[in-house]
Amino acid sequence: MNNRESLKADIPATSVAAERPTNVLIVGVGGQGVIMVSKVLASLSQELGYQVKQSEVHGMAKRGGAVFSHVRFGSSVFSPTILEGDADILVALEWAEGLRWLPYLNQESGTFITDTQHIIPPFACRDRGRGAVSGYTRETVPEVMDSVTNSFALDAAEIATELGVPKASNTVLLGALSTALEFPVAAWKSVISKFVPSKTIEANTRAFDAGREWALSFDRETQLKDWTDRTKQDPEKTTDSSADVVSTLEITEAWCKGCDICVKFCPERCLAMDARQIAILTHPDRCTGCRICEWLCPDLAITVHTSKNNIST
Amino acid sequence: MDLEVGKVEIVSAPETHTMMGNEALARGVWESGVRVAVAYPGTPSTEIMEAVGKYPCEDIEAQWATNEKVALDVAIGASFAGERAFAAMKHVGLNVALDSLMSQTYIGVNGGLVLVVCDDPGIHSSQNEQDTRLLAALAMVPVLEPSDAQEALEFVRIAFEISERFDTPVIVRSTTRLSHTRSVVEVGERLPVSAFGFKDNPLKNVMIPAHARLRHPMLLEREQALAEYCISSPLNRWEEGSADYGIITTGISYSYVKEVAPDAHVLKLGITWPVRSEKLRAFCASVKRILVVEELEPVVEQAVRDMGFEVEGKTLFSREGEFSPRIVHDGLAKAGLLPAQVGARGLNSQPLVRPPVLCAGCPHTSSYMALRTVDARVCGDIGCYTLAVVEPLRAIDVCVAMGSSIGMAVGMAKAGTESKPIVATIGDSTFLHAGVPPLIDAVYNQANITVMILDNHTTAMTGGQDHAGTGVTLRGEATEKVNFEELVRSVGVKWVRYVDSYDLASMYQTLREATEFKGVSVLISDRPCVLDPVKIRGEAYRIKSESCVACQACMNLGCPAIAWIDETYDGHRKVGIDTGQCMGCSLCAQVCPSNAIQLASL
Ligand SMILES: Cc1ncc(C[n+]2csc(CCOP(=O)(O)OP(=O)(O)O)c2C)c(N)n1
Ligand code: SF4
Ligand code: SF4
Repeated sequence: MNNRESLKADIPATSVAAERPTNVLIVGVGGQGVIMVSKVLASLSQELGYQVKQSEVHGMAKRGGAVFSHVRFGSSVFSPTILEGDADILVALEWAEGLRWLPYLNQESGTFITDTQHIIPPFACRDRGRGAVSGYTRETVPEVMDSVTNSFALDAAEIATELGVPKASNTVLLGALSTALEFPVAAWKSVISKFVPSKTIEANTRAFDAGREWALSFDRETQLKDWTDRTKQDPEKTTDSSADVVSTLEITEAWCKGCDICVKFCPERCLAMDARQIAILTHPDRCTGCRICEWLCPDLAITVHTSKNNIST
Repeated sequence: MDLEVGKVEIVSAPETHTMMGNEALARGVWESGVRVAVAYPGTPSTEIMEAVGKYPCEDIEAQWATNEKVALDVAIGASFAGERAFAAMKHVGLNVALDSLMSQTYIGVNGGLVLVVCDDPGIHSSQNEQDTRLLAALAMVPVLEPSDAQEALEFVRIAFEISERFDTPVIVRSTTRLSHTRSVVEVGERLPVSAFGFKDNPLKNVMIPAHARLRHPMLLEREQALAEYCISSPLNRWEEGSADYGIITTGISYSYVKEVAPDAHVLKLGITWPVRSEKLRAFCASVKRILVVEELEPVVEQAVRDMGFEVEGKTLFSREGEFSPRIVHDGLAKAGLLPAQVGARGLNSQPLVRPPVLCAGCPHTSSYMALRTVDARVCGDIGCYTLAVVEPLRAIDVCVAMGSSIGMAVGMAKAGTESKPIVATIGDSTFLHAGVPPLIDAVYNQANITVMILDNHTTAMTGGQDHAGTGVTLRGEATEKVNFEELVRSVGVKWVRYVDSYDLASMYQTLREATEFKGVSVLISDRPCVLDPVKIRGEAYRIKSESCVACQACMNLGCPAIAWIDETYDGHRKVGIDTGQCMGCSLCAQVCPSNAIQLASL
């Protein structure tokens, strides 16, 4: 049996503090190539002699869910994930995802590189009523540029499409990212070529150059003005006056022959057949007044009335 | 007692690879000279067996089992036969395999027997966040907890040594974060392990009461011997610091501790069952204040307290969820050991939630559209199709664990309170995993239910693995294929029908007939997953916006390719299709009452 006194530390105390690693967070939506961007960065920094940890959570990613990947590199790296507020660079492949992860960015010195592309999930279109507003995020590019000092918002998809490689918007972002890190351009390109299909190496190299070029010639004032002009035309910002319209349904029971068509087709599933095989409105709260039942009823037994400010139409 | 176990020798010049934790675990399995490796997929463990399957067939049998219990039983058989054997599963998979483990622990091993069990703190992709260490303690089986990919590889090798040395199955516990983090790993070579051959010994190998009574005391002795091994094992590492407090930590939490508290004395426990050892006692006695940082249950904390020390753990670090450097920092700040962090947030944006949804073109969609239409009471099961619980499909009423749907439907029917038709929906892989016994039960007990087998020809949720119903093995070879109709008929189901998942009208009609049938009816929805194993993309559809009446009927599908456009009709938002995402399943065109949805080429 070992004596307790004989047990002592396996590794004695050291006084050398390790250098702080560089933290890059890459975020987006399933299917966008977040993992590709993060693999390129991880393998590049490894080739350049750093210790690297790259972490992401698989599983739900490809089903349109949010995807994120932490890359940390330096002389010594412990945690695979980044401390909130401690990311040096946040790369977002999708606009709302970028905003979601902003709290992870270092408020003083962090750099935010984001695609302005909007991927609107079905979830954002849930409101079925008249004048419904999308649940997608409302912040505009100028608002974000105002509050995050080092922010670079680019329409990477547009740049990639102009180059004839619409799928390479993640490589465009890599080009922009390359200006924020001190790695040789040739090394970036050689690593990227290993992560894209061989037929597309040339196209991806052009996409990388375009992204890099965009970031190098970035001028904050011009960009701000440009985006402010674009935002003015955003239809989401105009209010729709039809929101306060109320719909009511009138079912003429004598005309209903119980064919079930309205019940089957009502998108809100608010109609049903009663015991007498007559259509009834079971969920008036869900009715949006879309008029499908009115149009489809072969016997004209349903009429949708809409009223606004107590004036019937 | 030989205490040299655990000293890994690097045989040749170090060769390095960038590996995910799961790939490193697989490498460890191959290097350990394992002959038979088995798993049932489950996030975050799935990639382990996929990676094992990349090593040469001559070295190692790698196969998918129908479920985790079968996986463990196959591994146990190989161990009895005298070869090193391995099984992988996610945490809840161990529940399924537990019956076998609880007896095997009495028996021990012949060839080394190691299980990797992956926990999912934070519930990234599971139905709960149970802590495997509690089950391991129940089974009195050693648990090793690596904290990075390098250790993942090494710990598997050591686990086999411990298994054979101490005559016990061994669990290597991973977590989502470890399994899915990539880092550089120094690899070794495959050990030339020669088979022991079967050892005839019914007293040890056959657990009848008389034998089991003899084995139980040996289990207690084994625990004692393992506790002694824990003193000298390099897996439990004491790192001296300059602060006056000490942190005991395990697994991935170790990396967070080193990140935020580099000055602390640290005892990194690589073995968390058994926990109590003289080394742990010596460490606790050497520091002024003891803190335990461990994800999920207070296993180590309780052991320290039982040894008579004052210790802080779950009062500072949560008992639920996944840890992060931030959580560990905040806990230490709460203890007054680190400065509190001020979370200065500039822009306070709260972007919309983006939950995972069924893919564009997913063949499961039509089943749940039809279920909504017949207004059924739906017992769900586990797979991609569980996503039909959210808006707009919202067609699943209950969901518990794999295979539960059919049994629950039987119970609901027998309770007799339900006026709606009762339908169990279950995926092909889940049906084979745990759906066959309850189906037999339903027939045997004459339940009036409908079972929908959602056959998308793969295990999609976990990334598209083959199973006994696909006719392909883990290594991609052709094999026998379960015929679902024959199987279902052979247990006595009289009403069985196949439906094309992309034919909404016939899905609805057939489901209505199925629910009207008195007795057990089985409807098989049949179409391959559009994503795995190969992407299936048909011609895209588009919406003629001039014909769109903005009724939102197609929005009920929840297809992610369909979203609002800026135009409105009668105050309602018109919709459009992102042709880049559309898979061409035609379901939206089938529900559109104004015929506005057409093939993009028309
Ligand atoms: C006991 C257990 N083992 C494994 C898992 C992981 N898992 C979740 S769903 C699933 C299989 C889904 O396959 P299938 O039923 O065919 O449905 P699909 O995803 O293909 O729609 C698995 C293996 C689990 N949740 N529980
Ligand atoms: S992966 Fe396959 S089964 Fe799963 S949601 Fe996508 S299409 Fe459906
Ligand atoms: S055809 Fe319609 S429902 Fe099917 S994937 Fe395309 S947009 Fe979605």
